[in-house]
Amino acid sequence: MLACVKRVPAPGAQITLTADRRAVDARNLAFTTSPHEECAVEEAIRLVETHGGDITVLTVGPPEAEEQLRFSISVGAQHAVLVTNDAMAGGEDPDPQATARAIVEAIGALERDNGPFDIVLFGNESADAGGFQVGVRVARALARPMVNGIKAIEVAEGVLTARRECDAGFEVYRLDLPAVVGVKEGINLPRYPTLPGRLRSKKAEMQTVTTTPAPGGLAMVRFETPPVVVTETALLGTGADAAAAVVDLIYELGLA
Amino acid sequence: MSGLVLVFVDHDRGTIDENARQAQAFARATMPDASIAAVVVGDDAPLSITGVNAIYHARHDELRDYAPEAWGEALHQLAVGVEADAVVATGTERGNEVLAHVAAIADQPFAANVVNAMPGSPWQIRRTRWGGSLLEDATLTAQLPILSCALHAFPIDEVLDPDPPISHRTEFTPELGPEAGRTRIVDRVQVAEGITLTTAPVVVSGGRGVGSEAGFAAIEELAGLLGAAVGCSRVVTNQGWRPHADQVGQTGKRVAPDLYIACGISGAIQHWVGMQAAKHVLAINTDPDAPMVTKADYAVIGDLHEIVPAIVAELRRRRREGAPA
Repeated sequence: MLACVKRVPAPGAQITLTADRRAVDARNLAFTTSPHEECAVEEAIRLVETHGGDITVLTVGPPEAEEQLRFSISVGAQHAVLVTNDAMAGGEDPDPQATARAIVEAIGALERDNGPFDIVLFGNESADAGGFQVGVRVARALARPMVNGIKAIEVAEGVLTARRECDAGFEVYRLDLPAVVGVKEGINLPRYPTLPGRLRSKKAEMQTVTTTPAPGGLAMVRFETPPVVVTETALLGTGADAAAAVVDLIYELGLA
Repeated sequence: MSGLVLVFVDHDRGTIDENARQAQAFARATMPDASIAAVVVGDDAPLSITGVNAIYHARHDELRDYAPEAWGEALHQLAVGVEADAVVATGTERGNEVLAHVAAIADQPFAANVVNAMPGSPWQIRRTRWGGSLLEDATLTAQLPILSCALHAFPIDEVLDPDPPISHRTEFTPELGPEAGRTRIVDRVQVAEGITLTTAPVVVSGGRGVGSEAGFAAIEELAGLLGAAVGCSRVVTNQGWRPHADQVGQTGKRVAPDLYIACGISGAIQHWVGMQAAKHVLAINTDPDAPMVTKADYAVIGDLHEIVPAIVAELRRRRREGAPA
């Protein structure tokens, strides 16, 4: 199994921009694995616990993303691959087409040695860039079936059954292996590292692939903080005494 | 720019996803002189659509129910066949997925969740990152520009012309191999009945301040009285107090109710982006300086464990008395 992850600033962090507004100021920021992808790693661990096998974690990013790869090993992955280059080391985030090309190239090399991964897991979208496409592009390039937005996976006899949440319940998909799946937070609750896991992750070997994929057609120019919407908050009251004013409001809005 | 824009209009067994039509508003705002054609897929596709110049209907045995790979393939073949100048959709789960397939097949860039776009060479676009808490200005250099608009960024009521719905459809049969439909929906499991988070007119939502799974009883009761759905913040699902399906926010659901009642939710940006499209926000919180309180339209300061039951009691009293006030 292969799980692809991305290093992103921790959710809830106060995002400030660099002076040229081309990057998020990384000083004083804690980084983590993008939440959907942390669930992808956990799902891989659970599938391997049931069906056997081993897990490779792959990331495309700066050398510091080794931290996220080691974290994945500390919770149960066996192998780690860092795909990087000088531009990424300098803080540049490759565009979605370039990212997909780098992953396809790395998967090609890994599969030449070990045969195809049964399942390649992605997060539905990265928490920061939110491109909603890298997993789909990789699956297309590998000519493998792919569904995104998955919140439950079962595997039996070479067939992967996946559930996607919709308004009224779940849609069910069945994919022949090898397959690619994009998962969403909520598919599981990721575990914390154990002490032996931490020790293992410190000693684990990182495979580093240096590549400069051809850029795609979406080029970031600069970031902008959204305008702060100043709201006049109407104070309806304090404590239980405000209940009448709240109910008045509900009636006024025609929602009673 | 004149030309032709294809708008992917998603439907589920014939029922149009109302959010999907926001892409029509996006197309009109971005390319006011272009001809706008809706694209619907599958045998049970809706028969008429308002606010477009034409409808293309892709039909094929492999397209009979939602199948992201096959639907993307069909949309791509149509775009090539009619020489479309752009392909757009709303950034819903399916909209982004189908466009990602179109982009992957065409080896073209795809800009997801765009809030502003200016056609040209290249296109100048502004899109959301971090689920909407950061904006990115970017250029899109493409032979076939493929864009989704951010959910709720282009309200449909601002654009829909008073023309009657169009029902004339141009049918289109893509060439699809048997493997195209390999990721089709094969079954559906019904869980929720009636009111759902994304369609409810009122959402009553709880955060860390609710304190426990049992603490949601009063919120459930209020929601029941209002015909509302119950939502929650990320910390609540991480604590296991509510299922993840109830989570509102960047990694949960996007909601746009008439009234969002936030009980004990501090209002971190990751939560705010999930409910910022609500028409009215009422915050109930002990902290008058919490972001949720300062950004809300209405606020009540105090302990939600006293306030929510008091609202429930007051609602019941007025209903019993049959008087609005």
